[in-house]
Amino acid sequence: MTTHPSPAVIARYADREADLDEVTVWSVEVHLEDCAGCRAQLAGSTTDDTLAMLARVAAGLDRDIVAGPVPARRRRWSAARNRWLVWHLVPWLTMTVAVLGCAVLLQALQPGLPSLVSLLAPVAPLPGVAIAWSRRHDPAWELIAGTPAAGLAMLLRRTAAVLAVVVPALALASSRTGISLALTLLPCLAFTAATIALGALIGVRLAAVGLGVAWSLAVVVPAVVTADLPTVLLPGSSGGWALLTLVLAGFAATRADNFRRLSSHN
Amino acid sequence: MRTVSAAETVPTTYPWAVHAEGLRVRAGRHVAVDGLDLALGTGVHGLLGPNGAGKTTLIRALATVLKPAGGRLTLLGESVDGRADLRRVRRGLGYLPQQFGFYPRFTVREFVEYMAWLKEMPKAAVPGAVQRAIDRVGLAAKAGSRMKTLSGGMLRRAGIAQAIVNDPAVLLLDEPTVGLDPEQRLDFRELLRDLGVDSCVLVSTHLVEDVVAACTDVVIINEGRLVHQGTPDDLVAQGGEGDAGDSPAERGYSALLRRHRAGAPR
Repeated sequence: MTTHPSPAVIARYADREADLDEVTVWSVEVHLEDCAGCRAQLAGSTTDDTLAMLARVAAGLDRDIVAGPVPARRRRWSAARNRWLVWHLVPWLTMTVAVLGCAVLLQALQPGLPSLVSLLAPVAPLPGVAIAWSRRHDPAWELIAGTPAAGLAMLLRRTAAVLAVVVPALALASSRTGISLALTLLPCLAFTAATIALGALIGVRLAAVGLGVAWSLAVVVPAVVTADLPTVLLPGSSGGWALLTLVLAGFAATRADNFRRLSSHN
Repeated sequence: MRTVSAAETVPTTYPWAVHAEGLRVRAGRHVAVDGLDLALGTGVHGLLGPNGAGKTTLIRALATVLKPAGGRLTLLGESVDGRADLRRVRRGLGYLPQQFGFYPRFTVREFVEYMAWLKEMPKAAVPGAVQRAIDRVGLAAKAGSRMKTLSGGMLRRAGIAQAIVNDPAVLLLDEPTVGLDPEQRLDFRELLRDLGVDSCVLVSTHLVEDVVAACTDVVIINEGRLVHQGTPDDLVAQGGEGDAGDSPAERGYSALLRRHRAGAPR
C-alpha cells in the first residue's frame, strides 16, 4: 500500500528552515523516488531562492561533467543480482529440479504410475520458500531481520526467485509427460500462496513443512498406493485451484503487517 | 540535496533514544534479560558483564530481532512490542551482531550497498554513504574484494561499515573489537568517539579498557539485571586494592560484580 505524504509534510520538506525529523525526511525521499505526482507537488512548493540555487548547481555540474573524466560504468546487473538472487537457495532449487527430473524419468519407465509431476507440483516450491527467509539457512538473517526492508516484500521477492526456477522446471516436466500445464502450475502457485498466508500466522518454515506433510499424507501416498490421481488433480479442477490461489494471495496481502512485526516464529 | 542523518534529531525529539522499563527478554526458554531498567541518550555507552549476563540478548532485543517477553521498550520515541510496525524505528538503527553472517560472494562495497538498500536509504544518497562508511572503517583499499577473502578483523570492520552506513540514531555493536589488532582497536575507539557525538552508541565488550578509553557511560549487567550505570570515573572509583584486575577500571568492575552477587547495596 502506498501512502502519499500530506501536502503539509511536502511543504515542510521543501522548506529548508522547517523542522522535519530525519526519519520523515527519509520516508519522503524514498516515496518521491517512485511517485511522479508528489514530485510535481514538491516542485510547486519549492521557493524561488531554491530554484535559483538548483539552477546554479545544475550549471556547475554540467560544466564539471564536460570537463571531467568519463563516468565509471554503473554495475546495475551486480546490484540487481544481489537483490534478487539468494545464493543459499541454490542447493535447494537444484535439489527441487533434480527431483522433478527423477519424476519425469520414473514416469517414462513406469507409465502405470499416477502422474508424479502432478503429485509433486504443489509441493515443489515449498523447500525454496521455506528456506528463502529462514534464520537457520540465511547467513545474514540476523542482520537483515533488523532492517526496515524485512517483511512481506522481501519474502515475495525471494519467493519470486524460487518460482523463477520452479515454474519453468514444472512447465518443462509437464510438457515431457503430457500433463495439463494449468494443472501443474496452478497447484504450485496455490501452495506457494498458502505457505505465505499460513506463514503470516505460524512462520513460513513451519507453514511449508506442515503443508508439505499434509499434502504428502492426504494425497501423494494414497495416489501411489491406489495408482489413481485424486479428484483435485483431474481435468476440471483448474478453476478451483485458480480461485484458491487468488483467495490465499488476498489473505496473505491482508496479513502483510504480520511479517514486519516482532515474532518468535521466524 | 538535504543532508541525510538519522542521528541529528536524537536529542530534540525524545528524551531517550533507548528506554527500557522492567524489560524481560527470553533467549530460547531461558529468561536472559529479567526486569531491566535502562535509559540511554546520545553518547557512547559501554555494555559490560560476565558471560551469560544477557548482553547479547539485550542488544538483539534493542535491534528489534528478538521480541520482548515483558516490560516496556521504547526506541527513538516509539514503543517496540508485538503490535508495532517497526519500519520507522528500524530506519534509525545500526546493528552489528556478535555472530556476523554475510554472503561470501559479495564484495565489501556490494555488501554495504545491499545493507543500505535494506535500510531503505534514498537511492541518491547510497553511493556517497557507502563510500563514507567504508572509508571510516579503513577498508577503502579492500572495497572491491570479496567478503570471503577478508581476514577476521577486516570482516569485523566491514560489519561496522554496514552498521553505520545509514548514520543511525541508535548504533548497537556486539563485540565489535573481536579480531581487531591493537592499532585497529585504537582507530576504532576514535571512530566510536566520533559516532557518539550525535548518536546513541551501545557497545558490548569484555574489554574494560576499551570502555574506559572510548565511552562516556558504562552500563554493567549481570543475570539480566542492571548492576551499575555511570561514567568511567565512577567505575574506577568503585574498585579497591583487594579487588581483582590489572587496572583501576577492572578492579572497579570486579568490585561491582562482587557486591551485586553478594546482594550488597551498590
